[in-house]
Formats: sequence, structure tokens, C-alpha cells
Amino acid sequence: MKFLAARRRSPFVASALLIGALVVVGGGYAAVASVQPAEAAMAVGSETQVESGRQLYLEGCSSCHGLEAQGTQSGPTLIGVGAAAVNFQVGSGRMPLAAPGAQAPSKENVYSDEDIAAMAAYIASLAPGPAIPTAEQLDYADADVAYGGELFRINCAQCHQAAGQGGALTQGKYAPNLMQAEPIEIYEAMLTGPQNMPVFSDAQLPTKDKQAIIAYVRELQDSASPGGLTLGRFGPVTEGVFLATAIFAALIAAAVWIGIKSR
Amino acid sequence: MTEISPREGHSDASAHEVARPAKPGYSPVADVPHRPRATDVDPKAARRAERQVASMFLLSMLFVVLFVVAYVAIDKTTVVYIPVMGDVGASNVALGFTFGVAILLIGTAAIQWSKKLMPDVEVVQERHDQLSPRRATAEAAANYERGKDESGFARFKLIRRTLIGALVVFPIPMVVLLRDLWVPTEADEGKSPADILSTTLWTEGSRIVSDGTYAPVKPEDLPVGGLISAVPEDLREVEEVTENLNARGKAAIILVRMDPSEIRAQQGDGWDYQGILAYSKICTHVGCPIALYEQRTHHLLCPCHQSTFDLADAGNVVFGPAARRMPQLPIGVDEEGYLVALSDFAEPIGPSFWERG
Amino acid sequence: MTTTSPVEKAGGATATYVDQRIGSNKFLSRNLGKVFPEHWSFMLGEIALYSFIVVLLTGVFLTLWFKPSMVEVIYDGSYVPLQGVKMSEAYASSLDISFDIRGGLLLRQMHHWSALIFIAAMAVHMFRVFFTGAFRKPREFNWIIGIVLTTLGLLAGFSGYSLPDDLLSGTGLQIARGIMQAAPIVGTWAAFLLFDGEFPGTEFISRLYGVHILLIPGIILALVTVHLMLVWTQKHTQFPGPGRTNDNVVGYPLLPIYMAKAGGFFFVVFGIIALVGGLVTVNPIWIFGPYTPDQVSAGSQPDWYIGFLDGALRVMPNIESVIFGWTISWNIMIPAMILPGILFTAAGLYPFIEAWVTGDKREHNLLDRPRNAPTRTAFGMMAIVFYALLWVGGANDIIAVAFDLSINSIIWFLRVALFVVPPIVFVVTRRTCLSLQRRDREKLLHGYESGRILRLPHGEFIEVHQPLSVKDMAVITSKTDHVALPAPEKADADGVRNKHYRWQMMRHRLSSFFYGQNIPQPSMAEIEAGQHHAAHDAELEAPLHDYEDADELRRAHGGVLHHPGMAETNTEQIEQDRSQH
Repeated sequence: MKFLAARRRSPFVASALLIGALVVVGGGYAAVASVQPAEAAMAVGSETQVESGRQLYLEGCSSCHGLEAQGTQSGPTLIGVGAAAVNFQVGSGRMPLAAPGAQAPSKENVYSDEDIAAMAAYIASLAPGPAIPTAEQLDYADADVAYGGELFRINCAQCHQAAGQGGALTQGKYAPNLMQAEPIEIYEAMLTGPQNMPVFSDAQLPTKDKQAIIAYVRELQDSASPGGLTLGRFGPVTEGVFLATAIFAALIAAAVWIGIKSR
Repeated sequence: MTEISPREGHSDASAHEVARPAKPGYSPVADVPHRPRATDVDPKAARRAERQVASMFLLSMLFVVLFVVAYVAIDKTTVVYIPVMGDVGASNVALGFTFGVAILLIGTAAIQWSKKLMPDVEVVQERHDQLSPRRATAEAAANYERGKDESGFARFKLIRRTLIGALVVFPIPMVVLLRDLWVPTEADEGKSPADILSTTLWTEGSRIVSDGTYAPVKPEDLPVGGLISAVPEDLREVEEVTENLNARGKAAIILVRMDPSEIRAQQGDGWDYQGILAYSKICTHVGCPIALYEQRTHHLLCPCHQSTFDLADAGNVVFGPAARRMPQLPIGVDEEGYLVALSDFAEPIGPSFWERG
Repeated sequence: MTTTSPVEKAGGATATYVDQRIGSNKFLSRNLGKVFPEHWSFMLGEIALYSFIVVLLTGVFLTLWFKPSMVEVIYDGSYVPLQGVKMSEAYASSLDISFDIRGGLLLRQMHHWSALIFIAAMAVHMFRVFFTGAFRKPREFNWIIGIVLTTLGLLAGFSGYSLPDDLLSGTGLQIARGIMQAAPIVGTWAAFLLFDGEFPGTEFISRLYGVHILLIPGIILALVTVHLMLVWTQKHTQFPGPGRTNDNVVGYPLLPIYMAKAGGFFFVVFGIIALVGGLVTVNPIWIFGPYTPDQVSAGSQPDWYIGFLDGALRVMPNIESVIFGWTISWNIMIPAMILPGILFTAAGLYPFIEAWVTGDKREHNLLDRPRNAPTRTAFGMMAIVFYALLWVGGANDIIAVAFDLSINSIIWFLRVALFVVPPIVFVVTRRTCLSLQRRDREKLLHGYESGRILRLPHGEFIEVHQPLSVKDMAVITSKTDHVALPAPEKADADGVRNKHYRWQMMRHRLSSFFYGQNIPQPSMAEIEAGQHHAAHDAELEAPLHDYEDADELRRAHGGVLHHPGMAETNTEQIEQDRSQH
């Protein structure tokens, strides 16, 4: 310790310690994170799809959602949520949950497509629920973008923001940013109402309407910005920040330049 | 300076002013050390500065030409990829850039000209008190007295008072004229603002239709955890007639469905229908429409000022600046099985107002 | 230049022609050589003026295409995602300006950016005037005009933000109407009259349009004119410096230097606005969609200058009382009416309050350094921090999403911080100012600490102190030691009771607080002694300067004193090393 005590003031030692700490933490995290796919891989290929799905469920999900998917203190019941919910939650990496928090964040998906299909089949076998949308349902090529925009502003913009940039909910929860959302995710989210999002059933918003909404979100994702740099489309706050930093830096720099005596 | 001047101690610093030839307009030159610039001593540098300034003016003209070219040549829908900025509208960027640079060049050229080629010697000018000379003040006072005297303003009491009275009264028509800023419609004739704010389009049996699609809603269309922004079925007809959005601004509601066992309280007995609750969409704080509904917590959050209402608990306020609960609309189904309102709201919807009580 | 060009001849003739009619040469003779002091912070007001000119210019263009009407139309312009959507004519024409008029979007964005710059520049200009004490006699009227201009700027901005009738602007109007309705007694009537009945009605945008393009800019223009005329007649204040006194102006003459610089700066500001308008999106109304009173977007925010009001509304707890059947909405009145009322009134009255507290009736043309008025500086910082915290409140949902926080926690933090942080800032600022004063005093007494250590022949180490330069000397000695107003007597010498005792006592206390804890300026003798001592140090060091200019070399060699024979370059060093071995 004396060695360290004598040298810890050195910037090199401090940096070295910091790097060491990062390596330990990062390595540990990587080790933990890599456990699940290895286990998952072993389970694939046994019996029917439903049975393998049940196995995966027991390993990855049952600790929170219960052995029979009946739900526990720490997770809601999955009976009747349907294959679409599983595909959305696991496919977007929201489940399994890495750590308890206000909301499950979207992250790297740790399961293969077959695994997810198997788990979806298992959950769907427990009780009828929304199925994974078909390619036909997801085909928004002929959808009316303007109509989708109207529906988006009525049903989605209040949480996900008019430009789809996401927004805050209560107690640290949030409506996520839609800029990376795939059509299937958007469809499934509307269908199943993940986490605190309300359900928008097919009776309320039929497939045609959902396709229109997807088309509008795609428009928001892909469209060029007619006015130049977008500043993230967060609204007047980022505009104010840009004003206070970039624009005033330029204006004041010019003012200072005027006052500097030439040599 | 009539008062003590704290500067006086230092004014002798400027006392030993260097005698330099006076120039018209200002004198004398300030007593600050001056270091000559390169352009002052080196004719080459001066020539260089001259060329620099002139070429900036020249470039500015060039950019104006480029602006016109861009205006004519670039289609308004053209999109161009620019690193950092991404895909942007070509026309706006080109026009703004050329115009901006053209103007900026004029400015920088003028400033550069003054910095390099105009004298950079500071000069001094005396300041004078704002106070008018005693004589002027006396003259003004005498003039005022003469005016007062000649007009008889002090003597003719009656004239003075009636004049003041007339001047006070004469703007009244301009205020009265403002009354017809609001011309009530026939339906609103004779009603006070408070009366009008206290009613909405909903009546007994008004069918509830989904906003945007205008489809009537059956209870089975709305799953547990679902949310529908809704309006009365006759809203569109009313809007055709009134040609405004006023009715919409008051009648907008949200329908949510929760497990009936989760409903802790309602504003009236049996105002739900099998766990479907209808609440006003207009915030009781300052009137933003709210539909940020969290289906797990049953909280409704206003995006404007973050008032939070608990829809499982009679729409009561749980957080934020709103002081009043969200008004609930009693609902049921008609004989065809569609959701309908059972009456209007029991209390005024939207922001509080003085007469609300 | 003895020959006169034809152009100059024509100019001279024109000048004579005009002079014979309006006597303009008298004015020119006095004013073409008018001296303006130079400092970058004096340009902040110019930014406000120039951006206002750009606002007017671009605004005139926009009126050529904008239709201030709430009549519903079906959009058929070239922006595909809104084609066939029902919207007001105001919104449709704003979309046309953005998508179907070439350069229209540039004009809209320049108009919006320059409006944002206008208000921000007024704010920072106000800070400069406040912290340097430029609002003191004789400039109090101009300060009040400035406060009125800032208020009008907010109204101008908000009325413009509300015109395009997109979802964001309509939400802003809805909130404004909600606030209006909360006013006691007259609230509902005021709202019904302004909106021709209920919200949103069909009249408001055309009414607001008149206010936005005529009434407010007209008043602003008139007040700006008065503001500038007063600056002109009172002559600009100046910072302390060599040869600068309360009775003179040191700077550059209007013609040609100030004209070139100020004129050039107009083009710089204009150019920057045009560049930003071309390169950076502001208020993309097409994203928000048309306004209807039953839709809203998450993250609905006002433009930055209204952000503090929005924040105040968010932070306020939900207090409302019903008295004899009348509703008093404290939760709206306090943040949206009483608070801005107090803020703006206090700001407007500040020059008079300070003059009353300090009993200062002198004219001030020489600016205070902020450190030399610690209490004022601390008040200013406190007000800015309070304002900034409200601004954080107005942006709390964006902050929550960006930094993964909870909106509820931010609001609770602010509810406490608004009362706790500003006083802390007050104390810290005042202490900082006093420390800076103390350092100034040290400099006067001992000169600069040069950072150079000198070993004297008898082995003693000293740090060389340098005498202050003429400029620093003038700046630092510009400080005046003020004395607090004397404590009043309870009764005069004849035993007559002092009727105003309490009032005078309060004034005495306030004045002592304002001037308290001053670090006194050393006397001229002390300063001279100190500078003499520093000169002595320099003398001791002088032998080193015999063979080198230490200062010059210090700069060239990164602070290492250079000695003869020491290598100056790496090559020399290598050669020396080689020759030694």
C-alpha cells in the first residue's frame, strides 16, 4: 500500500488505475452478458417448437413471470399476451430485463430468431392472443401517408412526440424514440401495448390504419430535412440551446474581432 | 458637475495631453500609447490590405450572382446529401448559404478596412452635464408662467374642471366599441361566458366515435389496457354548421379500459361500462389536450405542465400544477351495443375560471 | 486631395440643398466626428438592433404570402404527408411559404432565428448594462425603455409563434387562453372578447396578426428610436482606462471608423442570420401538423424566451381556493401573472431602488467593474440563476429524456432549488467579487507577481514583482470607496424627535448592506510605495536584462530563463552535448 500511497498522485498511476477498473468492470459485464446466448444455444433443437419454447421460457423468463407464466410480484402474467408480445419484447431486446428500473430499455437482442419463434409459440399455446403480424399486414406500400399522419397525431404524438423523437412519462418512464423502429415493431407495439403503452386493437385501428401509421413513421424516419440541420427535431428547447451556444458564439466572436487592434 | 466627482483625482492623467495637430470633428488625440500597425509603416502591407478588402467586396458580388443562379436552377424539391447535415433541401441551403456569405463578406470587408486602413488612434471628446443651463431653465419657467397666465388656466376653474372631465370621458366610446369583439352565435345568445364554458356537446345517448376514423365504438373493440381518443358522433355535423373547432375543444374525451377490480373510485356510481371509463381530454390546468395514458399505472400525464391524474381513482390529481380532477363522462351502451354518453359532464371541463366555483 | 470628383461635387450640392431646407449641416458639424468608445460588450445592443431590422425586413416579405385566416381549407400543396388534410388557411399558407415559394423557407427561418436572436441580444445587452452600472444617472429612462422593449419583444415573439396555426403554436395559444381565463373577475370575459367566443374560434389569428405586424413592431420601432436618441445625446458610457474620465469619451469618431465598424457589424449579423436560416431548421411546422384543440405533441414547448413562464407554471404546486363561490387559481396566477409582474417591475425600478439605497445622485459615465459593486453583481447573478432554473423547469421533459431522469424528480428538485440556490449564488458571487477586489488591492500594493524566482547574492530567494502597466493602473484605481449612509439620530441636538427615524434607519441598514465589506482602495502614497517596491525588484533583476530581454525570451522558451551560452535550438543542444564529451 505504501507503494501506491506514494505514487497515487502521479497522473500516470491515476490513469492506470482508472483503466484497470474499467477493464475489470467491462470484462465482468461482458462475461455476464455472454452467458445467456450460450445457454440458449444449448436448448435449441429439442422436441417440438412449443416444448423448446417452454424450456427457454423457464430459463430466461420464469423467474419474473412465474413457472406457468401466471405472473409474480416482479412481472405481469403472460397468459393471453400472444406471440406478437413475445416477438416484440424479446426481439427488441427489452426482455429479458437486465436490471430493475422504471422501464425496460431496448437493447441488443440475445436470442436467435428460432428461439424467439419457439418462445412465441409457447406463450401463444397458453391462451389465444395477438399473433405476429404477417408480411401482408406489414406491407404499407399502398398506405395513405397523410391519413397515417392524422392518426399518428391523434393516437401517438402525445407520447412519442410529433416528430417521433419520444417523450417523458411519469417517474422516469418514457415513450421511446421511433427513429429506428421497424414496421413489425410498430405494428406489434400497437397491437400488444408493451409496458405502459396503451393497446390499439385491430377493432379500433384496423390493419389499413396501422399500415398508414407505419407509412407515416417511415416518412418521419426517412424524409429529408427541407430547412437544413434538424437539431434533432426536439422542438424549441434545442433551438434555444443552439441559439445560446453556436449563434451567440459567432456573434460575440465577431464583436470581439472588431475590437481587437490590428497589428 | 455639481456633485462630488470621484474621478477628479484622476483627471490630471488627461491633463498632460500631448499637443498634436487638431483635426476637424474631434480633438485632441487620446493620451494612450500607440503602436503603429504594419499597414501604417509598410506600404506593401497597406496595398495588401487594400486588395484584401476589395476582393471581399468582389466575392460578395459573385455570391449574389450564385444566389440568383441557385434560385433559378435548383428545384424546390431537390434533396442533397451534405456531410454532418444529412439529407437536406438543396434550395434552402444553397440560397441561405450564398445570400449569407454575400452579406457576411460586405461586413467583414468594411470592418477589415477600418481596422487596417483607417486611423486606429483613439480620440477624446468632452462630455457635458445633462442639466440645462440656469438661464434656459429660467426661460422655460417664465414661458410656462406666461402660458398659464394668458390662457387663464388657473383662473377659470369651471373651464379647467370641465376640460379635465371631457378628456377623461372622451375615450369611453373606444372602450365601448370593443364590446362586439365577441358576437355570440344565436345558440349562445343571452348566455354568459361561464354558462357556455360549462356545457359540451355530450347529451344522453350521444354515440361515442373514435377520433380520426369516426367509427362508433363497441365495448369489445377496446381491450383492457386500451385507449381511444373519442368525440361525439354529431361533432362533424356541428362543425359543418359552425365552421369552427370550438365544440371539439370541449367535447374531446379519452376512453380507457381497465380490469373493473382495478377501479378504486369513480366520480359517479356506475359511470363506467364494464371497466371502460370516459374522461375529458382537456386538462383542468390550462387546457392542453391529454392522452399520455400509462396503461399499467392508469396515470394520465399532461405534456404541457405535467399534471398527472389517476384514472383508476376518479381522475384525481396525483402530481403537478392542476388543482382539479379530470371530469368523468358517464357512459353506457345503446340498443345496438355501441358506447354512448349517459349525460353531459357533471362539472365544467377544462381550465378553472373565476365564476366556476 | 485638392481636386474634387464630380460625385463629391454632386454630394456637396445635395448637402447644401438639404441644409437650406432643414439646416442639416449644423447637426452634421456636431455629429460626424462624434466619438464612440469601443468594447465588444457595447456591440450586444447593436446585435439586438440589427436582428430587429432583419426581423422587420423578412417579416415584410412574409406578409406578401401569409394569409392570417382560420377558414378551413384542404391542403393541396407540394408537401405530400399533409396533402388532403383539413387545416386553416393560415397553416396552409405557412406551408406554401415553406414548400412552394422559392426562398420562402429561408425567409421564414431567417425571420424566426432573427426574432430569437433579437430577444436574446436584448437580454444579454441588459445584463451588460446591469453589471457595469450603466443604468445609473443619467440613464435611468433608457433602462426603463429597455425593459419595456424586452417585454414587447416577448409579446412580439409569442404572437409570431402563434400565427402559423400549427399544432405547437395552437397549443401555446390554448395555454395562453387558459391563463387568461384564470384572471379574477374579468378572465372569462377577456378571453371571450379576444377570441370572439370560445376557443379556438375563427377570429383570433387575424386579430393577432394586426397586433404582430403593426401594433407591437410600431411601438418597438418608436421606442428603439428614442432609446438610440438618448444614447446619442447622453453619449455612450465607457470602461475605465488611461485618460478616460467621467467627463470625457475616449474612442473612435463616427466618421469613418465607427460607421465602418458598426455598419460592417450590421452586415455581419445579417449574414450570420442568413447563413443560419439557410443551414439550420427552426420550427419545422410541417412536422407538427395542423392545429386542432384535441391533439397535442409530447415535448410541447414555447420558444426560449417564454420558457421561464412555462417552467414557473410547471413548478408551481396545485393551489386553488374557492371563496364565496368564486374561484381563485393561485396555481396559475402566481406563476403566470404575479411572478412576471414582480420580475419586470423590479427590473424596471432597480436603478431608482439602488440610487435610493446608496444615496448616489452623481452622474456616472464611467462604468463600474462588476467586482467593484459586489452587492449589485450578486443580485444580478441571483436573478439570472433564478431565471435559468425556471428555464430548466420549462425544458424538464426534454432534459428527463436526454439524461434519463424523472420529470417528477426534476420538478421536486426545482421546487426546492428555486428558493435555495439563488441565495447561495448571491453569497458566492459577493465573496468572489470581494476576493477579486482584494487581489486588485494586492496588485496596487505590491505589483504583479511575475512568477520569476530570483536568488539574491546572499542566498535569499524572492519572487520578482513587476510594476503595473499604465492601463492596469488606470483600470484598477478606477474603483471608488463608497460610504454607507450615516445612521440617523433619534432626536436632533435640540431634543426634537426625528419623525423619519425608522425609515432612515432602514435606509441606513440597506445602504450598509449594499456597500458592506468593501475592500478599501489603498491611498496614493501606499500605491506609490508598493509600485516603488516592485520597481526595486525589477532593478534587482536588471543585471539579468543586461544581456537579454528576459520577458521576450520567457515568451519564446516557455518560461525558462535563457542564459548566454545556453542552446536555443535542439540542434545546438546536440552539438553542445557532443562537444562536451
